[in-house]
Amino acid sequence: MQIDWIWGLIGGGLIGTAGAMFLLVNGRIMGASGLIGGLVDGSAGNTKWERVAFLTGVVLMPILLRTLYPSGDPHLSDNLIVLAAAGLLVGVGTRLANGCTSGHGVCGMSRLSIRGFAATACYILAGGVSVLLFRHLLGVI
Amino acid sequence: MARLFFAFLAGGLFGAGLLVSGMTDAAKVQGWLDVFGAWDPTLAFVMGGAIVPMAIAWRIAARRRAAMLGSALPPKPSTEVDRKLVIGSVLFGVGWGLAGLCPGPSIALLGLGAPGVYIFVAAMLTGMILAPRVRSRLDKTVPAE
Repeated sequence: MQIDWIWGLIGGGLIGTAGAMFLLVNGRIMGASGLIGGLVDGSAGNTKWERVAFLTGVVLMPILLRTLYPSGDPHLSDNLIVLAAAGLLVGVGTRLANGCTSGHGVCGMSRLSIRGFAATACYILAGGVSVLLFRHLLGVI
Repeated sequence: MARLFFAFLAGGLFGAGLLVSGMTDAAKVQGWLDVFGAWDPTLAFVMGGAIVPMAIAWRIAARRRAAMLGSALPPKPSTEVDRKLVIGSVLFGVGWGLAGLCPGPSIALLGLGAPGVYIFVAAMLTGMILAPRVRSRLDKTVPAE
């Protein structure tokens, strides 16, 4: 447990390097919700295959790495209603806000974007209230 | 082809980073949000570790006219903090706390065999398909300025 922050820093560095490469080589912002959302709402246009290629990498690399780096249980809720409600909120919310943790958090705050800071403050605060409510007050997670 | 190759490579690095950092573990994400429980600071290190290379990349991008493969670089960010940004981010935050997953990690988990992630991703995609309708409804109810 005590070295988790080192892995956090290393993993964060990899995430930032991925975003740096996507920006400088492809000229695009690495926002997961935007890359996925554009494919399902038909707004991707001629960037469709670039998005598919990116997301294929996101799916395949953890499968490859898991043989070397055994990751544990993802600790997902076993309550299907919780998972479905959370997914729906994440889907609608990130597309309304035009970004999530990667787009607004990593890519936005690193260029000192006001929208990036505002979005990150909102989702962290709301996430804190959500855990307080659903874990400590209602006990559903 | 080069675009697709580098997009694939960036996606692979992103997926590796999400796994290594522990962000594919919902308990760690919920631990970060749980300031009244056993608080887990890992997410702050992940965010810090990611922002450093990204900030350097933005500085390099500012001196270039185009990306290395020739396409335009993203325009300057909008400074408008509107209702859609705030409402959307709050809805996202509630869902993020509830499941401990945001869009990137949910995709990174797809190949790792946790059945719950398929429910989450299916619902997320549904939400993303519905979002343009919610957006146009919000636009219509904005008071004229």
